[in-house]
Order: sequence, then structure tokens, then C-alpha cells
Amino acid sequence: MSDSGSTFETPGTQVALEVASGGPSEGDGHRTAVPIPTARLDDPHLQEAARFPRRTEAIIALFLLVGIGGVAAFGAAYVQNAPSWVLALSMGVGLFAMGVGLTAWGKYLMPQGPFVEDRHPLANSRRDQEAMAAALVERTGVVVKRRKLLGGLLGGGMGIFGIVTLFPLLRSLGPLPGKTLFTTGWKSGTYLVDSTGTRIHKDQMSVGGILTVYPQGKENTDRGQAVDQTVLIRAQLTDLVTMKSRANWAPTGYVAYSKVCTHLGCPVGLYEQLLELLVCPCHQSMFNVRDGAVPVFGPAPRPLPQLPLYIDSTGFLRAQRGYNQPVGPGFWERTTEGNGTA
Amino acid sequence: MITTEGPRARTRRQVQQSHGKYGRVQVAVNELDERLGLARGGRIFLDKLFPDHWSFMLGEIALYSFVVLLATGVFLTLYFVPSQTIVTYHGVYKPLDGIKMSEAYASTVNISFAVRAGLLIRQMHHWAADVFIGSIVVHMARIFFTGAFRKPRELNWVIGLTMLILGILNGFLGYSLPDDLISGTGIRIAYSILESIPFVGSYLAFWLFGGEYPGNIIIERFYIIHVLIIPLVLLGMVGAHLGLLVRQKHTQFRGKGRTEHNVVGSPMFPTFMAKTTGFLLMVTGALALLGGLAQINPIWQFGPYEASKISYAVQPDLYMGFLDGALRIMPSWQWTGWGHTIPWEVLFPAIIFPGLLFNLCFAWPALERWFTGDNAMHNLLDRPRDRPKRTAAGAAVFALVFTLFCASATDVIANYFGVSLNATLWFFRAAVILVPIVTYYLTWRVCVEMLHGGRHMGKRKRAMVVSRTPEGEYVAAPSDMRPGDEHSELRPAPVPEQIDMEPLEPVGATTTVSSPGIRRVRR
Repeated sequence: MSDSGSTFETPGTQVALEVASGGPSEGDGHRTAVPIPTARLDDPHLQEAARFPRRTEAIIALFLLVGIGGVAAFGAAYVQNAPSWVLALSMGVGLFAMGVGLTAWGKYLMPQGPFVEDRHPLANSRRDQEAMAAALVERTGVVVKRRKLLGGLLGGGMGIFGIVTLFPLLRSLGPLPGKTLFTTGWKSGTYLVDSTGTRIHKDQMSVGGILTVYPQGKENTDRGQAVDQTVLIRAQLTDLVTMKSRANWAPTGYVAYSKVCTHLGCPVGLYEQLLELLVCPCHQSMFNVRDGAVPVFGPAPRPLPQLPLYIDSTGFLRAQRGYNQPVGPGFWERTTEGNGTA
Repeated sequence: MITTEGPRARTRRQVQQSHGKYGRVQVAVNELDERLGLARGGRIFLDKLFPDHWSFMLGEIALYSFVVLLATGVFLTLYFVPSQTIVTYHGVYKPLDGIKMSEAYASTVNISFAVRAGLLIRQMHHWAADVFIGSIVVHMARIFFTGAFRKPRELNWVIGLTMLILGILNGFLGYSLPDDLISGTGIRIAYSILESIPFVGSYLAFWLFGGEYPGNIIIERFYIIHVLIIPLVLLGMVGAHLGLLVRQKHTQFRGKGRTEHNVVGSPMFPTFMAKTTGFLLMVTGALALLGGLAQINPIWQFGPYEASKISYAVQPDLYMGFLDGALRIMPSWQWTGWGHTIPWEVLFPAIIFPGLLFNLCFAWPALERWFTGDNAMHNLLDRPRDRPKRTAAGAAVFALVFTLFCASATDVIANYFGVSLNATLWFFRAAVILVPIVTYYLTWRVCVEMLHGGRHMGKRKRAMVVSRTPEGEYVAAPSDMRPGDEHSELRPAPVPEQIDMEPLEPVGATTTVSSPGIRRVRR
């Protein structure tokens, strides 16, 4: 201990403790702890803790019996294909009771102690520590530094291999983003269809109605569902101008916004009809349908992109062109398009 | 060649006569010892002492729920199909009959309704995950507030914290696997969070998901990470955690006969072994009761995941709540410029904040050593009040996380109490700053008061003096405790309030009655 250089607390602490606990406490039922190896069979430390061992044993036996009954009942219930509450009750009560019994056995009927053992300092002597450091430093100096060329070559080779390994490891996991995040399935003239693939007629929806629409032919694809999903709302009967630059985007009050929240990409699936707000159920961002889905509440930073619509000669709703900006949450390569009132 | 002349079956007595007092066990020990040399170390291990305190079992809850997780998880792998291939369901659960869903979802519904004891095991697995993470947090709180992380145990603190993070991560991956409507939304959010990282975000998201969201491989990838990679790492870390615990021995609270240089407790074999095995059974039994009686994650009610569908009041599992709360109350501050976007509204609450939080936790042992200059070995535990600043800091962090957790229910709170969502949001935006500060101050104050005002603290009561009045009435009153009182037997035995690091003055030199022989440390 003295040569180890380890720094346990100063001896003062120990003195303090001994003074603190060495008071008139002989009759308080606490025994002075002894080391186990020296405890003799007649040592009170090795006696069981329970005051009435027979009674304790009987109670523990009762618990163990309940346990046996429980796990046996579990087996029977399993064979009978019983409902899960029966399985749970039999297995849970059985195991729990058995656990209580075993714990009580340990606590009341096994050597009560307390026992004490010394803590040996973990640290070795200063000399050992120095020897270790010396071996590391000196051998490195003598053996490795003398062959700088070999060391450099080996390090370089391993380094190159490490970097080269990264390519197949990472690159084969998936494609590069490229321009994928900037495109959707909406093109000029694409028909709006609902989830069954039916086109939307201009007389189909009444004011206040809402429908999730997809580009025709994409309604059953992953990408159509996840990226192209668009919410179509009929806000009024006459043409709606959500922003100055979007004069003819919402004919006869049909207005379409990307359904992918600009916060974290959840579907903006709630429509507060009276306030004309689209609400994202995930983090409660709210978008004003009338003025270009500008966020009025919550963490979403940008308006939902608006899809310009027109009604063709047969009365069906179609897209004038695709979205003018990436849909969904922000990412590093995203440009500033569509951030505000554009 | 076996002949009838070979050794015949012998009685126990004969075995004892030839092998010594302990018979065949002696033979086995001898044989093993000759090959492995474990007799001495084994004996020491059997004698290893475990100090007793109720709070020391919190880590055991975590350990045993991990055991339950492994066992129930193996069962689930036998029936779960990690595939996003779309199938039409025609199983025993009629409300979903004819509905298109992924094989992952269909097989999970199948486990819940068609596999014998499947629902019980599935819900036990889910409950065990919640209990695992919850008990780790409570266990770490115990470690933190009692100072058990101090030298020499910093490494075990780091391992434990890493296990907590891995546990949270694996919990998320696990509840994502059924591919139901709620967890699918969680995956979508995870994708967007990855995407928000500057420079590499979209690349990371594409590589993890095998392309643009949703891709068709994410369930398979989550599956192999969930059932193999993280459990393997966790298993190794559990081993290291326990190995270090054995090597460095348990900490213990201050008390009679307990010093920095010894361990007082009950032996590994048989006492501790019996108690801890019993506790394993109790934890398993409790999880079985929860798994069969308390419904959790009823995915058949949520329906299969479709990217354009969502349900109201989508909340993640318990342990992800604080991150969801952070995402909710963060203002919508994105940065754009030079043709690029940094979505701070996602990046800060979902990446930077948890990064700071966990790194603060990782660094705490080093920070505390640096601030206090205390580089000594510590095997005796503090009471939380002994270190007011540490306790206050820990309480503040818990208050912060708890406030964020509550903030993940803004919509439910607004709905339930009939208050405006706007007001709820602003309440939490203020609370997340104020609550930790107030908690810090209050905790610090309470600790200081307890530390310096505790005249009657401790288990020992003051002696009572019973006297009889002339009318015959008996009156009990606490005995006087005057300085220099000769009746030393009436003096309460001192309870160590705070142990001084300096050498102690001789007993008797200190005259304060409340703590003879003990000095308080100014902090």
C-alpha cells in the first residue's frame, strides 16, 4: 500500500469513521464484521438471520409451493392454448413467488454476516508502472524507429486498405442522392387520381372537402405514396389566389399542396376545416391553406409546396407542371427556393 | 477393454475414504485446478462480498430484463418475417382480412394471434425493453447521485452510458420492425433527421435506407442491426461492466466498520447467489405479468404502414419521448444561403442536443475531477446532500429531460385539459429553460440545508427522560444536550454527516454537540 503510490483517501478519513462509529453501539444488534475464511462454524456470523427459522422456513416453503403450482399451471395453460392473460398469470405469479421464496431463503436462512474483506489497491508500484512505460517507449524507439521506411510502408498500406474498404462498405449500401430529392412524379399535364386510381372531376368535391391525390399511375407505388402524395382541398367555388405569383394555380377553389411535412416528412393528414389549417399530427405544425400553406404554428420552417392545377376540357383536374421545389424536410443540398412568398 | 474386474460402483463412504472429506467434489476441483489453476481464485470468488443496499438492485433489474429480452427475442425471431414484400392478409384476425400489408406486419399480427403464447412473449419483449431502459436510467441516477462513478470507476460509467444509448437505439429499431402505421411514421422521422445533417445528411439517409425513402430494404436492415449487431455489442459490454465490477469491487455506503479499504457485506456463495437468482425470477415474473395483463403496442389497432397515412396523437415509445418533445418545441429556425439549407429546427433538437447531453454525461467524471481537484480513489459513497452542486446538476438534467418528455404530449395535453395548443407550446418553451434552473436552485438549497441544519439527523433518536409529576402523571421529554454534559450516555451517538478530507483534530477538542469528532466541509 505504502509503496503503491495509489491515493486512497488520507488516513484522517478512517480515523473520522472509526470515531464516528465507535461510539456506544455495542448493544444495537450490529456485529463487527469478520472475514469469511476465518469464520468458524459456531461463529454467530454463520448462523441464519431469522429469529424463528422454522416459521420462516415454512413461509418460504409456501412461496416455493405457490411457485411450483404457478409454473405447472403455465405448462397446463400452454398445452390448452389458454388466452395470454392466463399464461401471464400462471407464469408471472409462479416465477415471482419462487423468486420471493429464494430471495427470502438467502436473506433469512443463509449466513447473515456481516463479513468483511480487504480491498487491495488496484495500482501496482511506481516501479512496475515505469517498467511498463519503459518497455513501450524504449522498445518502440529501438525496434520500430530504426526501420522508419518499413513502418511507413506498413502504415500507408493499412491506411489505404482502410479507406478503400470504406467504398464498398458504404457505397454499396445504396445509390447516391443525385437529383432524386429534387424530383417528384408530377409532370406537366399529369392527372390527379385518388388512392384507387380514379381521376378527380371538378364537380366531385364540395367546399371544405379534402382528398389525398397522387400522380396517375403512381398511386400504388412506394414513391407515389411517400413522395408524390398531395393533399387536394376545395377552399371555395371561385378561383383562389394563394399568392400574387400564383394567380391561376387553384381553379374553382381547388388548391393542392404537397402532403409531406416540411418539418420531418410526416403526412400532413389533419385538416382543420373551420380555420382552414392543415395540421401535421406529428409535431403540430399548422399551414394556412388560403395563403400558400405558410406555417402559422409549430416547428415547420417552410410552406408546403403548392402544385399548380388546371381543369382540362373534360373537367378533370391536372397539374400544370411539377412542384417548383423539393418536397419534404430540409437537407443540405436544398436551395432557397420556396422559402417564403415566391 | 472393459472387464468385470474394473472399478465397481462405490458407496459415498468409500469415495470419501479414497478422495478425502469432500468426495467427488474434491476430485472435480482437483482435476479442474490441475488444468486451470482455479482453486484459489475460485475460493476468493465464492467469498466475494456484496454490500447490501436496496439501491444496488437497480442495475440487477436492467441485467435481468436484458436476459428476458434475449430469451423472448429469440422466440420472436422464430416467427417474425423481416420483409417489406406486400401480401394480402387472410389470418385469424378478421378485422384485417383482405388488407394489403408487408410481411413484417402480417407476421407480427400472426405472432400476436396465431402463435401459441405469441402475444405474451411479444408483449413481454416490449415491456422488458421499456423496463431495461428505465432501470438503466434509475440505476445511473443512483450511481450519479452517490458519486459511485468517481475514480476508479469512470470506465464503468462510460460503459453503462453507452449501453443506455445502445438500448435506446435498439428499442427504436425494435418497435420499428412490425411496420405498423405508428412505427412507420417514426422511421420516416428518423430518415428526415439523418437527412438534416449538413454536408452528408442525404448520403447517410440514402445509404441507410438503400435509396430514397421508403426504399424496400429498411426493415431487413433494422432487423439485422436489432437482433444481431447491437445485442452482440451489448452482451460484450455487459460482460465488461460486470468484469470491472468484480475487479474493482463494490462501492458501499458509509457505516459502522466500513472504510475506503474494505468491503462489508454478504458472500457471493450462497447468500448473494440465492438472493440475486431469486430476484431474476421476480423480474421475469413481473415482466410476464406485465406482458400478459398490460397491453402494449397493439399494432393490429394501428394498421399496416402506408406512407401517405397517419393517425392522430402519434407518440414514440417512452424513451424517445424527450427527443420528440425537443422537436416539438423547437422554433422553426432554418438557415439558408449560398444555395444550401441547414435545418436547425431538426438538427438542433434531434442531433446536437442529445449529442451535447450524452457527451456531458460521458465527460462528467472527468469534469468533476477537474473542478474539484479530487483525484483520490473513492470506494465509499456520498449521500446526495453531501455534494450539493453535483446533486443539483443531476436533478437539473433530469428536470430538463422530464420537461421535454412532457412536451412530447403537447397535443394530448391541449386536448385533455381543453387549453390552446399555442399556449401549451409556449408554456413548454418557457418551462424547458426555467424548470431546470429552478430545480437546480431548489435542489442545491435543500442539500445545503440538510447538510448544515441536520442536528437531529440520523437513525438514533435523542434519549427521552421520563419523569413523574406530583399528580402522578408521567411526562416524557427529550433529554438535554448541553455542551460538556457529563451524562454522555444521554448523548446521541454521532452519525457521520460529512467526512473531512483533512486530518482530524483529537477527539474532545471539538466541542460542537451536534457532531462531535466530525467536521463539516465547506464547499
